[in-house]
Amino acid sequence: MPTRKRKLGRGVALVGAGMSKFGAFKDKNSRELMVEAYQELQKNVDKGLNPKDIQALYEGNGSSDLFENQIHTAPIMASWLGLVPIAATRVEDACASGGVALRQGVIAIASGLYDVVLVTGVEKMADLPTDKVTDILAAASDVVYEAPAGFTFPGLYAAMATAYMAKYGATPEDFMRVGIKNHSNGALNPKAQFGSISDLMKSRVARAKEKGQPVPTWKDEMDFMRDPAANPVVAWPMRLFDCSPISDGAACALLVAEDIARNFTDEPIHIIGSGQASDHALHERASLSSVYAAQLAGREAYEMAGVKPADIRIAEVHDCFTIAEVMATEDLGFFAPGKGAACASEGYTKRDGPKPINTSGGLKSKGHPVGASGVGQVVEVWSQMRKKAGPRQVPVDVPLALTHNVGATGGTCAVHIFERR
Amino acid sequence: MEITSAAFQQLLNQKKLMGSKCKKCGAIHLPPRPLCPECGGSDVEWTALKGKGKLVAFTTIHVGPTLMTQAGYDRKNPYCSGIVQLDEGPKVSARILNVEAQNPVGIKVGTPVTIDFVEQGQGESKRTFLAFRA
Repeated sequence: MPTRKRKLGRGVALVGAGMSKFGAFKDKNSRELMVEAYQELQKNVDKGLNPKDIQALYEGNGSSDLFENQIHTAPIMASWLGLVPIAATRVEDACASGGVALRQGVIAIASGLYDVVLVTGVEKMADLPTDKVTDILAAASDVVYEAPAGFTFPGLYAAMATAYMAKYGATPEDFMRVGIKNHSNGALNPKAQFGSISDLMKSRVARAKEKGQPVPTWKDEMDFMRDPAANPVVAWPMRLFDCSPISDGAACALLVAEDIARNFTDEPIHIIGSGQASDHALHERASLSSVYAAQLAGREAYEMAGVKPADIRIAEVHDCFTIAEVMATEDLGFFAPGKGAACASEGYTKRDGPKPINTSGGLKSKGHPVGASGVGQVVEVWSQMRKKAGPRQVPVDVPLALTHNVGATGGTCAVHIFERR
Repeated sequence: MEITSAAFQQLLNQKKLMGSKCKKCGAIHLPPRPLCPECGGSDVEWTALKGKGKLVAFTTIHVGPTLMTQAGYDRKNPYCSGIVQLDEGPKVSARILNVEAQNPVGIKVGTPVTIDFVEQGQGESKRTFLAFRA
């Protein structure tokens, strides 16, 4: 991997971001979700956006092919956003599609080819029954050599969790606390698919009373998480509330050359680090309790940015499963290997903790429309760094933030570092 | 015989587990590969693997893919999938048999396992799947 420090050919700035609500929307397909996200972005460009200034579009999308029976979606997005005839390109790296689309946008501007690029991500998943979605997501693993073992997508992360527990002595309860934390952040995000676990408990109790069924009596959120009836095993040790939901949603980000950023806003966010790496199928990796591609992508981004993990104030990391967030906080160098679970349990990663992780609610609570997730992360750091995150605004200033987007079990990882000057 | 996924499956149907060995650097790979990812060498041959190893990661799956629900597994009847490290070095994904999938706490990383095979499907669609027995 990198033998010399990589650098961008010229500076790249983020000057606008927007997202649709994430959730399950029967009456909206992916192009309509994209319009919703783009309309919010347009409102968020401080000095206004003339669509004619946009020169290229990148679209992160995992599998419109299998979810919507539609390939060739990038020109459809360009058409629906009124951007035809600009170059429009779909980027597919499973759940990292959005983060990799972002990197393509960064590279396109840094190369000097374009000055204004729209990076988008979208997925429409929730119309299909769960068993069909399970099969489609399993297709992001190696269908020749992993799927015959019976592995599902949650199953592969669950296997990583057992390797992690065996190596470091973590428990399923540590993972549950990550889920509770992200759900409590999501409760403060109007775009999130799900709210807090305690709100969920209240609604379950209310529903039981209404229907005249036995009323559950959970002592607290952990008691709910331990209850196999409320929180059944999907793939042990991953239970339902360790897994991100099946979601519809879209997000977009406007990137421009640094020297014209002030035409769009007086508060641009600079993208100063970008890293990406690939890896083999899970069984061919040296470590099963960490994601090597994330370590490499992180290293590349840190070196490019000239910053250290300790400098990063907040991070949106790829918590498709709770174990994934624990490993991410170690792979990115926030905590030592084996300490991520304990640090999460002790509250280090809470919104008011020393290293807030997934203030948006993360994929876990905000939702995980796979192709949109990597761009949705950008929307959160954009909001937090500009102090526009409302009730979930972190109590500290955020001059540096990071996004970490993983494809499948770590076959792909894209990491970006953002700076407010 | 050319090193392909189809050939690997044909061998599996004959209850043989074969990997590839790079004649240049000696690296053994499972799944077998026509091009050695360690040294880039293309002079690669089949090598038989003994089928003994240990469990290095596992899960018990309650919500399975169609492949497994068709075999009768469901929420009430989970199954175990895992990653096995063979004595020869390579790791492989496989079904794990002879463990109590209802009691995952009792399944331990590090457990010695031996190769086994699961046959699934009828007639033309009959296929052999790699498994290991605790």
